[in-house]
Amino acid sequence: MTLEQLNKIKTEYEDLIKVRKIVAAEGEKLAKKTGYRKQILVCGGTGCTSSGSKKVIETLNAELVKHGLEKEVLVVKTGCFGLCALGPIMIVYPEGAFYSQATPEGVVRIVEEHIKNGNIVTDLLYQETVHEDGSIISLSETNFYKKQLRIALRNCGVIDPENINEYIATDGYQALAKVLTSMSPDDVINELLASGIRGRGGAGFPTGRKWAFAKASEGDIKYVCCNADEGDPGAFMDRSILEGDPHAIIEAMAIAGYTIGAKQGYIYVRAEYPIAVQRLEIALAQAREAGLLGDNILGSDFCFDIEIRLGAGAFVCGEETALMTSIEGRRGEPRPRPPFPAVKGLFGKPTVLNNVETYSNIPQIIRKGAAWYSSMGTETSKGTKVFALGGKITNVGLVEIPMGTTLREIVEEIGGGIPNGKKFKAAQTGGPSGGCIPACHIDTPIDYEHLTALGSMMGSGGLIIMDEDTCMVDISKFYLNFTVDESCGKCTPCRIGTRRLLQFLEKITSGEGELSDLQKIEDLANHTKTSSLCALGQSAPNPVLSTIKYFKDEYIEHITDKHCPAGVCKSLTQFEIIPALCKGCTLCARNCPVDAISGKVKEPHVIDKSVCIKCGLCERNCKFGAVVKK
Amino acid sequence: MSEKPQTTFKGTNAQARQLQEVIAKYRHVQGGLMPILQEAQGIYGYLPIEVQTMIADGLDISLSEVYGVATFYSQFSLTPKGEHRISVCLGTACYVKGADKILEAVEKKLGIKSGECTADGLFSIDSCRCVGACGLAPVMLVDDDVYGKVTPDQVPNIIDSYLTKKGGAKKV
Repeated sequence: MTLEQLNKIKTEYEDLIKVRKIVAAEGEKLAKKTGYRKQILVCGGTGCTSSGSKKVIETLNAELVKHGLEKEVLVVKTGCFGLCALGPIMIVYPEGAFYSQATPEGVVRIVEEHIKNGNIVTDLLYQETVHEDGSIISLSETNFYKKQLRIALRNCGVIDPENINEYIATDGYQALAKVLTSMSPDDVINELLASGIRGRGGAGFPTGRKWAFAKASEGDIKYVCCNADEGDPGAFMDRSILEGDPHAIIEAMAIAGYTIGAKQGYIYVRAEYPIAVQRLEIALAQAREAGLLGDNILGSDFCFDIEIRLGAGAFVCGEETALMTSIEGRRGEPRPRPPFPAVKGLFGKPTVLNNVETYSNIPQIIRKGAAWYSSMGTETSKGTKVFALGGKITNVGLVEIPMGTTLREIVEEIGGGIPNGKKFKAAQTGGPSGGCIPACHIDTPIDYEHLTALGSMMGSGGLIIMDEDTCMVDISKFYLNFTVDESCGKCTPCRIGTRRLLQFLEKITSGEGELSDLQKIEDLANHTKTSSLCALGQSAPNPVLSTIKYFKDEYIEHITDKHCPAGVCKSLTQFEIIPALCKGCTLCARNCPVDAISGKVKEPHVIDKSVCIKCGLCERNCKFGAVVKK
Repeated sequence: MSEKPQTTFKGTNAQARQLQEVIAKYRHVQGGLMPILQEAQGIYGYLPIEVQTMIADGLDISLSEVYGVATFYSQFSLTPKGEHRISVCLGTACYVKGADKILEAVEKKLGIKSGECTADGLFSIDSCRCVGACGLAPVMLVDDDVYGKVTPDQVPNIIDSYLTKKGGAKKV
């Protein structure tokens, strides 16, 4: 493919994509020009697929054929829109009508009433997009999207990730063309340095410097790797980018190859992400077919190709040296640094390794310039950050915000607050390597430095919201359980240190804790941090340390009062029946698996605490709220 | 890896041929052992020592090297899995929403623990770390079917639906 051909495809497909960005009258005019009266975008990401979007697409296609509309309406399966809790998501252009929780039955109505007869089915729309007077407002004006700025996610939910032409239409591969025709490797590095972009995998190392080191390393063979081993449980940013915009990663990796002098790239992706792997395979095949991968890319003498390697479920393989060892086909154990991968990486050769989200920013920085990128964000943290917002929050989903946005804006405005009238207790960032930010710091602007100062970290982007029903001791136990499980066992401080820390927490949650344990935990945690070989062990104590720092009272209550204020720790929880509320319906007694509840019909029942296994079935079954957890 | 008694290996010649093809495909690929193990597990459902030996012989590397890699990664299993594989997500988003109670309900219904397989070979239970469907938390999977926003009371019905679906042939 030549640059002229690339530009020809761009012009050809441009209008089709523009219809999805401008609504109302202008969009309608443009839609006519494209030959499609309407475009229906359905999310085909993992979240929406899990809630049934496949069936929705099948029904949609069948209904369109039934009404003879299949030639004038284009159905596009996109990547993630972000609002995963409302899936399956479906949006109709040029109106921009946003249907949430779509069902096959709903689709039948939408095709008949909206697509055929032109009347939007208001009751099936996402209610936030419906104005009081019945008119619809644009999605970008809803609370969830208003404060977001989509750079890394710019094509997610906009283009068909399985069609390279749609990517090209959104200026895709123009950055690669620019680099190959008018920039030297040093120009690329200087552009990245000036943009201020830092690694989005969590540690925040300046990307430009990483590339400069790898370029400076001597070697005839070098490699470019992409870390798509998104291991933080509760995070799905990278998966969504791979599913929604795979060509952006391919383009960025090719740019990296040109910059450092590599011909081969590897994408190491979790095997648990079948849709992402499939889309990547399709994208790679299309890029090769178009001559955007392979020999003499865009008529230059630059040659580059990419292979996919699947992970096999080891959290430690998210660590760069372990990841490369795993690609080499060995046990994914980390090794000491230096030598850094830029000097001696994959197969012993100089290697650049970046995370998916980092790569997805790069083509745009090259195209729009460093000044554009560095105009967003804070002094030290430029650009945007994608977060997977989850846990006890109304709008669970994927959000991208400019650095410097406060936690409060994310929780209260974008996230729509805590459901069921509960109170915000803490936010957890950085997963098993990060920490909890308590409610008193909710106005903290989010960037690398602020989060580290609070004892947490940016991490890859998991953001789990916790309410008053979450026990902080239990949560740190949960994370330690995870790290104990995932510690590769190579170095002693991590293998034994994390296990001993977990034992302390188990002691406390079972009511055996002593006050002196808290000091021992802190000492051991600090030793583990300073003496472990890799980031897994160095950061594993963070969840414990940060919860002790901000929720020490809760630990003390577990130890001295033998009480779990959130009612989570089973050994410290008791169920009781309030006699005044009990109607004697016997439902609890009939459901109790261990016959711990006794009482006569229409008389208050009693729980025998010595028999009770605290399963909570009685509390869930009671229709009168008479069973309480204490 | 658990050290349970090995079940008798029942590999067929057709499976062995398939495995040899896979080995031939990756023999000269740098770092080919991982993809071979992944495809071998696809062929046999698990990686018994017999399969590992074939791979070691085919690549001309030691069995201990193959075993070392096979036991390092949680996705490789040295014991057979159930006909229906249940996996409960214990990622953070699911955990905060009570995934541990879902796992308990599954264990109670089948009378086995996570990591085990029922005596009739129909079901096995595993916990997994995030399938990325956090918007639907808590999530459980049976084979490739994802169940979102699951409550403990729904678990028995979900499992029973697989009994009626394919159980008929099994009962003979």
